[in-house]
Amino acid sequence: MATELLPTRRALTPSLPERNAAKKTSDFRWRMLRLLLAIVVSVIILFPLYWMLVVAFSTRSDLLSGAVRLWPGTFTTSNFERVFNGFPVVTWFGNSAAIAVTVALITVSVNLLGGYALAHLKFRGSSVLFLIALSTLMIPVQVIMVPLFNLVTGLGLYGSYWAVILPTAASAFGLFLARQFILAIPTDLIEAARIDGAGNWRVFTRIILPLSKPLIAVLFFMSLLQTWNDFAWPLIALKQNALFTLPIGLLYLQGQFGSDYGGTMAFALLNVAPMVILFLVFQRYFVQGFARSGIR
Amino acid sequence: MSTASASATASIPGSVSAAAPSATARTVASSGRGGRRRRLWRANLAGYAFLTPNLVLLGLFVLFPLVSAVVISFEKTNGFGSGTFAGLDNYARLATDPVFWRSTFNTALFTALVTPLSMLLGLGAAVLLNSVLPARGLFRSILILPMAISGVATALIGVLVFDQNNGILDKLLRFAGLQTIPWQSGGAAAFTSVVLVTLWWRVGFNMLIYLAGLQSISPELYEAARLDGAGGWQRFRFLTVPLVGPSSFFLLIMNVIYSFQVFDIVFVLTGGGPQNATSVLVTYAYNNGFVTRDQGYAAAIGVVLLLITLVFTAVQWRASRTRDLVD
Repeated sequence: MATELLPTRRALTPSLPERNAAKKTSDFRWRMLRLLLAIVVSVIILFPLYWMLVVAFSTRSDLLSGAVRLWPGTFTTSNFERVFNGFPVVTWFGNSAAIAVTVALITVSVNLLGGYALAHLKFRGSSVLFLIALSTLMIPVQVIMVPLFNLVTGLGLYGSYWAVILPTAASAFGLFLARQFILAIPTDLIEAARIDGAGNWRVFTRIILPLSKPLIAVLFFMSLLQTWNDFAWPLIALKQNALFTLPIGLLYLQGQFGSDYGGTMAFALLNVAPMVILFLVFQRYFVQGFARSGIR
Repeated sequence: MSTASASATASIPGSVSAAAPSATARTVASSGRGGRRRRLWRANLAGYAFLTPNLVLLGLFVLFPLVSAVVISFEKTNGFGSGTFAGLDNYARLATDPVFWRSTFNTALFTALVTPLSMLLGLGAAVLLNSVLPARGLFRSILILPMAISGVATALIGVLVFDQNNGILDKLLRFAGLQTIPWQSGGAAAFTSVVLVTLWWRVGFNMLIYLAGLQSISPELYEAARLDGAGGWQRFRFLTVPLVGPSSFFLLIMNVIYSFQVFDIVFVLTGGGPQNATSVLVTYAYNNGFVTRDQGYAAAIGVVLLLITLVFTAVQWRASRTRDLVD
């Protein structure tokens, strides 16, 4: 019986090895197709960045010629020389770095303090205050820019870095991240420290801070990145050339250079490169920060 | 006094902290009314003390200007001096201002294009880069790289690509013997270039959120569906799409809020032109507030934008709540 059945079954369905082989080739084809798609998408993303590099190192005559060339005709650093000689690039770079680092430090500090309060301290109105803080996320700076400008001027901050630093450091997003993270720190640890006589400040410095190192890295890098790239508010708050950050300087320089794309891109590279390098090196923290923002 | 302590205890169930049970226990356990009151007072004080720095920043630099913006929107202003009350004049002017309506329409159109497109492309990329693939990590890094680049630099790279005289795209089209596209002088083309540059900039963020959502789905579900005979599309349609629902909801809100506020790309790439074809509410508000210096009018535009955002968020919130109830 069994010997009779075996050949028929064989004829009807392919044997296990045959089936596996067929599955393997189709799997292989799918994998190649997916790889191809991933390469195409990556080229679309990378090409504009590559093109920025090409233009930054190309001579003006090459750029203005009608010829289609996807690499520099003659490699030159003259664009960088022109930018460095004509504009206070080093000052602008320093402004950007000083403002971004200060904002990141302030934001991280106040967010950690606030996050601890919202996560582990009980006080009247804490949830209402948290909701009010969160609702500020929906307010675009263009809605409040007019009175904010008047306020900054009234406080005598206009004309200094603080005109940018303080409004930028007012972050509800970081507060939200900090609260979520600190909530996950076990209450038992905190209670144990309290029983040992530790006050809130001691609990904060001895327990919360050491356990929040990943959070601190995430908050710091995200704040640094956002402030370094920020445009709308610095555009309003920084009017003196000497106070410009790189994005504002970039816009100013483009206005001066007009169609001199080589110079503009050489400077754009100075704006882009530090954050791209940081982003790639500390990608883990950026990704965590953005991904965490999606976990409600 | 009794009302104070009662409301303090009552506020505890409303709050969302994991520490709530132990806090209640402590409140109940503490003996004597005076001691309890002192403890509550101390706990309150500590909470406020830790939260104050963040609240002061938000209150001073966001909430106070917000209230002022509403006040100023009812004023007639001249330069940067203080204004005089003008009732609803600014809003009445908005109603008959064709540029305002054009900007509102453009903002809505931009949102209606960018939100679904960036979510679809983001989900597609996330599914692709969540599957078995060589050099998957490298592809992921490439896709999120635009997130590190400033809006101004992104828009200027956009100029480089889309310039109708010297941009690489029209050069390539000309080289291939095709019709070139008037990216600056044509209204629809200019709008398209803004959308394309925005998608290039934003798809990585959408992918990242979807990727996190996908990674929280148990692979066993897919195995079970496969055993039940579900094909690739069916698994995507009936497993992936519903299971990344929370990510989709989050991205919908984030993309819409971003689209309502799009500024950097429009400001640098097209400046709102040609003939206001790409003008959006925030660029129009900026022009009124800081170019023509009509602050009351600019504030009124901002208030309208804020109201639209609030209505949208409220509708979404309700929709998600009813959805949760139905599930």
